[in-house]
Amino acid sequence: MKVLVPVKRVIDYNVKARVKPDQSGVDLANVKMSMNPFDEIAVEEAVRLKEKGAATEVVAVSIGVQQAQETLRTALAMGADRAILVQTDQDLEPLAVAKALKAVIGEESPDLVIAGKQAIDGDNNAVGQMLAALLEWPQATFASAIEVAGGKAKVTREVDGGLQTLELDLPAVVTADLRLNEPRYASLPNIMKAKKKPLDVKDLASLGIDAAPRLKVVKVTEPPKRGGGVKVETAADLVMKLKNEAGVL
Amino acid sequence: MAVLVIADHDNATLKEDTAKTVTAAQKLSNEVDVLVAGQGCKAVAEAAGKIAGVRKVLLAESAELGQGLAEAFEALVVPLMANYDAVLTPATSQGKNFSPRIAAKLDVAQISDVIEIADSGTFVRPIYAGNALETVQSSDAKKVLTVRPTAFKAAGEGGSAAVETIAAPGAPAKTHFVDQKLVKSERPELTAAKIVVSGGRAMGSAEEFQRVIEPLADKLGAAVGASRAAVDAGYAPNDYQVGQTGKVVAPELYVAIGISGAIQHLAGMKDSKTIVAINKDPDAPIFQVADYGLVADYKTAVPELMSELAKVGK
Repeated sequence: MKVLVPVKRVIDYNVKARVKPDQSGVDLANVKMSMNPFDEIAVEEAVRLKEKGAATEVVAVSIGVQQAQETLRTALAMGADRAILVQTDQDLEPLAVAKALKAVIGEESPDLVIAGKQAIDGDNNAVGQMLAALLEWPQATFASAIEVAGGKAKVTREVDGGLQTLELDLPAVVTADLRLNEPRYASLPNIMKAKKKPLDVKDLASLGIDAAPRLKVVKVTEPPKRGGGVKVETAADLVMKLKNEAGVL
Repeated sequence: MAVLVIADHDNATLKEDTAKTVTAAQKLSNEVDVLVAGQGCKAVAEAAGKIAGVRKVLLAESAELGQGLAEAFEALVVPLMANYDAVLTPATSQGKNFSPRIAAKLDVAQISDVIEIADSGTFVRPIYAGNALETVQSSDAKKVLTVRPTAFKAAGEGGSAAVETIAAPGAPAKTHFVDQKLVKSERPELTAAKIVVSGGRAMGSAEEFQRVIEPLADKLGAAVGASRAAVDAGYAPNDYQVGQTGKVVAPELYVAIGISGAIQHLAGMKDSKTIVAINKDPDAPIFQVADYGLVADYKTAVPELMSELAKVGK
C-alpha cells in the first residue's frame, strides 16, 4: 500500500507573524520556516503505518517554492521514502493545491492520502476535503486514530462532544488532527540518509491545471488590540470586581 | 439573488450558530433560505423557520445526513446551488468537514472563517492564528463561505417561514458509518456558554485538570475549555480546545487558569466580554488581554476563589 502525504512549508509555529507596513501581506523575509505542524503529524502517521507493515511506501509531496525542498527533506528524514516538489513561486489557494495534488495522484496512484487538517498560515482547513471531492474518494477529517486493513481504513474522528468512527473503502483521504500521534524528531543519521533519498522536482505548469487565483487579497491588517486590564491582589478582590464592576456573576 | 444557510444542529435542537450565520447571510441578500439536513429533525426545521428574516426552510432527511457524512452533504447541496448565489455554513467541526467539498465541486474558492462581510464580494477572515486579518475579494460566480459565529449577532425570532421537504441523496458508496461515542455532559456547550473556565499546561495531568478546573466550572455553571498545550499533553479532550485550530468562544466571562496565552489560544477567546487570568508568571502574555489578572499559583488561588464565590452565593 502506498501512502501519499502532502506537506507545506510555513512560518515556524513558534514565530509570531508580523503584518507588513504596506498591508500587502505577512512579512516572511528572514523568518524561520518549518513544516506545517499538522503535516508533521500526517508524515508520522504514514511512517508508522509503514513500520507496522500496513504501508509499503511513503511519498511526500509539496507544492511551493524551491526552498520547500528543505521541508521535503525533513519528511524524508522522518521516514518518507521519496519526495516530489511541484515547484511554483505563486502562492496557491487551497482549490489550486487540491487540483495539483489530484494531478500528482493521477501519476502516483496512492491507496491513501494523509494530509494535515489545516495549514497554520492560511488557516483554511480545506485542501483535504477539496481533494477528496475532486477525486470522488471517501474522506475522514480530523483523525485521532487510523487503522488500515483489507483495503479499508477505519478512522476515528474528533467531532463536537466526542468521537466518530468511519470505515472508508481505499483509496481515501484522511486529515490529521492534533492527537493522532506525537511526531518524532529526525535523528542525525536519518537526516544524513534523507539527503540521498530521491526528490523529484517538476514545474507546476507541467501538470496542466487551472491554478489561477479566485480571490484577490485587498489588504492584510493587524487585528484590533485588546487592552490589558488591572491586576488584582486576592481572590476576594477578584470576586468583588467581577460582581460589582464587570457584573458577570 | 438568494443565499442558502446550512443549519447547525444535533438532530434534536437548532444551535444558535445558525441564527448568527443568518445575520451574516442577510448582509448578502434579503432572500435567505435555511437548509436543515439530518435525520428525525423536523422540530429543528420548524425552529429554523422562526428565525426572523428567513424566507424558506428546506428539510432533507436520511441516515447519512443524520450521521453528518460529508459526502452526503456535498451530494445534497451541490445541485441546490443552481438556485443560490452563496452558501454559508457555521465554521463548526461539522461545517468545516463538508463545506470545502461543496466549493471544490462548484469549482470555486472557499472563504473560510469569515468574520466580516464588507460587501457582496469582499470578506474579512483571520489568518496566521489570528495574528493578521485578510480582506479578500472573490471573483467566483458562487460564493462558498464558512462563518465564524462569534463574529455575528444572532438574528432574532419572529419569522414564520414554511418548511419544504426535499429529497435526500442516496447513501455514499465508499464511506460507512461505524459508530459515534458522544460524552454526555450536564455542562453548557463550550461555544454557547455564558461562562467558560479553561485550564492550561500548568495543570500537569488529566487528574489535576479534572480536580481543579471542573469543580470551578460547575460552581459557575460554566463550560470547560483548555489550551492547545493542555490538549496536546492529554490533560483534556480535543473538543475542549480553545484557539485558532480548536473552538472560538466569546462568552460573557472567560477564566483562564494556568494558561500562558499563546497567540493561538488568544485567537480563540479574545472576543470574550470579560477575561480573567490566573497565572503565577507575572509576564505571561495572557495578562495583556485580561481585564482582571491574578498573579498566583492556581493551587492556592482556585480554592480561595471557590470559597469567595461561595460567600457571594455561588
